[in-house]
Amino acid sequence: MNKPDTGTFEPKLGKRHAAGKAALAAFVACTVFAILALGTLLASILNQTAGYVLVEYENAESEIVPPAADGSPGTLSSLDSAALAALLAENLGARRLKTLERDGPLSSRKRGELEELAIAELLIPEVVRTWPLSDSLLSRASILSYAGETCPEGALVFRSWLSPAFLSRSQSSDALYAGIRGAISGSLLTIMITMLFAFPLGLGAAIYLEEYAKDNFLNRIIQTNIYNLSGVPSIIYGMLGLGIFVRFLEPFTSGALFGAGADSGGAANGRTILSAGLTLALLILPVIIINAQEAIRAVPRSLRESGYALGATKWQVILHHVLPASMDRILTGTVLALSRGIGETAPLVLVGASTFLTRDPTSIFSKFTTLPIQIYQWTARPQAEFRNIAAAAIVVLMVLLISLNACAIILRDRVRRRKRLG
Amino acid sequence: MSDNAIALGLKRKKRPLEAMMGAFLLFAAGVSVLTTIGIVATLGRESLLFFRQVSVWEFLTSPRWQPQMGQFGILPLFTATFLTSAIAMAIALPAGLAVAVYLAEYAPERLRALLKPALEILAGIPTVVYGFFALQTVTPALQGVFGPDTVDIYNTLSAGLVMGVLILPLISSMCEDALSSVPRSLREAAYALGATKLEVSIQVVMPAAFSGIAAAFIVGLSRAMGETMIVALAAGSGPNLTLNPFKAAETMTGHIVRISGGDLSYDSIDYDSLFAIGLLLFLITLGLNILSRVLVRRYQEVYD
Repeated sequence: MNKPDTGTFEPKLGKRHAAGKAALAAFVACTVFAILALGTLLASILNQTAGYVLVEYENAESEIVPPAADGSPGTLSSLDSAALAALLAENLGARRLKTLERDGPLSSRKRGELEELAIAELLIPEVVRTWPLSDSLLSRASILSYAGETCPEGALVFRSWLSPAFLSRSQSSDALYAGIRGAISGSLLTIMITMLFAFPLGLGAAIYLEEYAKDNFLNRIIQTNIYNLSGVPSIIYGMLGLGIFVRFLEPFTSGALFGAGADSGGAANGRTILSAGLTLALLILPVIIINAQEAIRAVPRSLRESGYALGATKWQVILHHVLPASMDRILTGTVLALSRGIGETAPLVLVGASTFLTRDPTSIFSKFTTLPIQIYQWTARPQAEFRNIAAAAIVVLMVLLISLNACAIILRDRVRRRKRLG
Repeated sequence: MSDNAIALGLKRKKRPLEAMMGAFLLFAAGVSVLTTIGIVATLGRESLLFFRQVSVWEFLTSPRWQPQMGQFGILPLFTATFLTSAIAMAIALPAGLAVAVYLAEYAPERLRALLKPALEILAGIPTVVYGFFALQTVTPALQGVFGPDTVDIYNTLSAGLVMGVLILPLISSMCEDALSSVPRSLREAAYALGATKLEVSIQVVMPAAFSGIAAAFIVGLSRAMGETMIVALAAGSGPNLTLNPFKAAETMTGHIVRISGGDLSYDSIDYDSLFAIGLLLFLITLGLNILSRVLVRRYQEVYD
């Protein structure tokens, strides 16, 4: 038999192996790039959360504080709480004093608090420049000389923008005294509403699609629809929320129907926490449904069949057998969806998160702002000190998300352990 | 029913709970349909009001978006969306695919256990944080490399790069799922014929997983086009018809957020124009998502 002449086979092994090594280097480089990007992002955020701040005071300390007994210029640090309280009462207008006393009478406050208050109200600091953490640690000398040259009357302080005061203060237009208390409560209230609506509806829809739905046209449409919805950009959900919850259902979401609209200081409109929560619920609903469906599908048929064999009804089998078996995956997926909801900004801007709130949200019918929205607004400001507090707020948000995800994992492991032992 | 059965009290018990649960569950599933109807109705109604004043032709082809002068051409906004998405995909697709190949084919088990959570963290970071990163770090870095005269403070390149980092984990996880689901027998057959590891990955496994990879690309693109916060913070706040990535330009999503964040009177033409942009965005992303699923269904290899 004649063998076909295919020419000599050249394995070219050297070249092929070299190509393999080069490609592997490229793959590893891309992976390193991704990890480096993550690291750079986290580092640049942390870098802005603390550093030197150069402030200039509108009123000099020597002007406000009367000179000491020996004639040297008066300083705030030399006064005790009674003297500080007296100084404040002397120099502030009656209205401002009343506002301050709303949080508690001046005479009963601690000395440190009074001194801070005196600096804020009487000396009126203004930020000249801030430095990131890296510069503050590495080029201290140049910062000190810069401060000495450009602003000898001012104060150069090392400040951590992320502080307990930052967490407990309410919003302010001054970066030095701004806090995220309102934003945190807004975020938490919103996500509670979201969970209240999204979890039962999502779980119910998943149970329906997996257990009850026959394979007919309507159910296939529902399934396809859910997949499509999960790919819709979040801003479209914002427009849906604006059109339906804020405008169309305004009597309902503004609380006017329940007689609760009057207190939010002005227009009882639909831009409330309820609207925001409902919008986010619709946003994460497809994710919850798809995840729960996969969890329920993973429960083996034998479990259901044995239930039916013993005479249980459909719902009894679901409630007592299918759901406990799949609850760990369902809960994990739901918590992950919720953490995505907490980080959403665009839909809530559309639904009308307020730009400036003087009071914390008191009910679901209040105007609101959330943590991501606050971060967005601060980042968009041109002054550098707002970047610092935006970074501090970002750290708070990330800590919130990380603890939420950690809770999800712990919960899942605990449910799994009980499943295995029970 | 036999007399004995009735005597034993084995009559079929009426269970209203079953019917009620069934009804509630059907309602729950129906909420998703209501959502879609709501989206279509809201976008459609306001867009209709808009298109009564501005023709669809002008909307799609006019190169100027100046609401004060009554010009509503989507081209500047659309070009910016296209530009940022193209830059993002140029980064995310090759890098994401490379990371996926590395994780699926090469990485040792312990490294995988470290890398996969790291990628999930990257995917879970809120987009505002990415926007902050783009404005705070990436733009100054670009200005350092190319000079502050070429690179504006707001530019689409920085937004596109950061968007690429955002989408990379999405693409890499979808591609990795696709690559992992290719059965080992295919790889072993190629090794048996003397192929190197690279040749197996590129010439055997990737084509076999093609449908999943294509779906990942399209889903990533759709995500990039719908992305809002990164471009709102870093890309710019004024419509600008340009293909220069160093200049500021506002995307469709960025425009929607900027306008709705300010004072907006309902039923003004500005308000309606937002919904027209939203409708266009919705149709584009819906089309892309449907395309990705059609691709998967048509080209997916089924292995026994």
